[in-house]
Amino acid sequence: MKTFSYTVTDELGIHARPAGALVKEAKKFESRLSVAKGAKKADMKKLFAVMGLGARKGDVLVVEAEGADEAAAAASVEAFLKANL
Amino acid sequence: MLTLTGKPVSTGIGIGPLATYRRAAISTEVRPVEDTEAELARFRKAREEAAGQLGSLYAKALETVGEKDAAIFEIHRMMLEDDEYTEGVEGRIREGLNAEAAVDQTALELAAVFRDMEDEYMRGRAADVTDVSRRVVQILCGAASEDAFVYEKVILAAGDLSPEEVMHLDAETVLGIVLSAGSATSHTAILIRNLGIPAVFGVGQAVCGQEGKTAVVDAIGGKVFLDPDEATLTEMRERQGRWQESQKALERVRGKESVTQDGQKVRIYANAGHLADLPGVVGSDAEGIGLFRSEFIYLESDDYPTEEQQFAVYKKVLEAMPGKRVIIRTMDIGADKKADYFALKPEENPALGLRAIRLCLTRPELFKTQLRALCRASAYGKLAVMFPMIISVEEVRRAREMLRKAKLELLAEGVPVAETIETGIMIETPAAAIISDKLAKEVDFFSIGTNDLTQYTLAIDRQQTGLDDFFDAHHPALLRLIEMTVRNAHEAGIWAGICGELGADLSMTETFLRMGIDELSVPAASVLLLRSKVRSLDIGASGNKEL
Repeated sequence: MKTFSYTVTDELGIHARPAGALVKEAKKFESRLSVAKGAKKADMKKLFAVMGLGARKGDVLVVEAEGADEAAAAASVEAFLKANL
Repeated sequence: MLTLTGKPVSTGIGIGPLATYRRAAISTEVRPVEDTEAELARFRKAREEAAGQLGSLYAKALETVGEKDAAIFEIHRMMLEDDEYTEGVEGRIREGLNAEAAVDQTALELAAVFRDMEDEYMRGRAADVTDVSRRVVQILCGAASEDAFVYEKVILAAGDLSPEEVMHLDAETVLGIVLSAGSATSHTAILIRNLGIPAVFGVGQAVCGQEGKTAVVDAIGGKVFLDPDEATLTEMRERQGRWQESQKALERVRGKESVTQDGQKVRIYANAGHLADLPGVVGSDAEGIGLFRSEFIYLESDDYPTEEQQFAVYKKVLEAMPGKRVIIRTMDIGADKKADYFALKPEENPALGLRAIRLCLTRPELFKTQLRALCRASAYGKLAVMFPMIISVEEVRRAREMLRKAKLELLAEGVPVAETIETGIMIETPAAAIISDKLAKEVDFFSIGTNDLTQYTLAIDRQQTGLDDFFDAHHPALLRLIEMTVRNAHEAGIWAGICGELGADLSMTETFLRMGIDELSVPAASVLLLRSKVRSLDIGASGNKEL
């Protein structure tokens, strides 16, 4: 399992557009991907779950990837978060 | 004649018969289901069809309103295809519900999650879930979609409209939109604006049940006239004609350079006084922001705004104008712009009192907060900082020193700050104009604030009535001060612009260009107008810059 944490820097947080893009990114991989904010954990391939986190600027997210392509998935999601959120 | 007042959200004037927006009749009532598998198949087919519709709406929106605003339809499609949504619906169908009721209940449950969220933006997403589900239910009910209703050459009236409903409208055939509710900042408003349909929101219930009556949507003045009398109708028709013609002419200079026939260039920037002005500025085709008045942050607050609050505002402004210069003027509080918590003493002559830079230098802790916020924001765009109400070299040096310290402090804290932050001053006192040769050696640019410069030069209080006979906006003394300021700026190798009202005065454009003005910052609505004027001028070779 691969895991890393990320602090949201985008002023609006993970609002609809980036949430959609994040889900799209996650769906490219076979591995199970999850993103957690505090006690709330969401399946990263599910839009409602990701939006439901209500992640805002300054929130710390913990991402977990588990599966055949977990290393690539974690790296790609991390790059996506850095570039967009 | 009935006159309604509302909020203009998309400019223009539309005249035509009023039609009420009709939604297809749908039912989400629970009814007995015999074949669960068949019901599941019904849902899947409807969902697929809805996704297909959203896909083509997205494609249409991409062409008409651009990627950023089209994204909402992509989100809607993703919601529809989200496992949580489909599992919610299919689970309910398996429990024996009919597809319509299952979709409705799932939507209600998911919308409730959004409605409970802290963030106002996310709460608004509840409407997205509802919109998506209505589309599916409509297909399930076999109800004709909105496309079937043709709104040709009408003014459309509704309580509110969803973004989908707007995209289904044909901008060519809908003459105007009147909503009894509606939010000026919604996706709906943005889309309508992009489609260029004149629209007034928030006119109240009076617009209901008026089908067939002649309506005038005056989205310039924010009015709607129902059954207008002959005089109003004639006047509005004339205004509409003038407006349409000027729009056509203006659109031709969008994206073009602001350059005269003989090749003299000038930068045309826009003024802004609030975050709410940003969409207008972005849409105005301005080449930058020449004056962002930071006062509103103070005036709309009950206490001194924090560094964090200010930073958030400045960052938004810079991010709205990527790659373009944004000149933020430090607070110009005092005179007619006062907030109680500043506890400023009443003054006999506020225009000549403790205001703007004087207040900042008297209360450095306030100034420091603003300067730190500005420096932090500088990492997000091309920021220039401008100090108001300068009368001496000493003031400029003190203000710049404070800016420099704020920057060093932040860098020491490891906070990113732009490598260079251009610094300029307002030339709005006769003193500053007269010593502009000295001031030019201290800064990167001048911006001439003609409103105050006029009032101080002519000693005429512009807030006092009854002085019109004596007031001359083009007084030769004022023009000489402007000319002198521009000349001194150029001699020192810096640029000079105008950010006061006079900058938008088209009868003065030629004069200013002859002086060699480098930038004119005007209200967003004047940008294309001014560019069109500039492009029409031939000021006779590039040499003569004397007045």
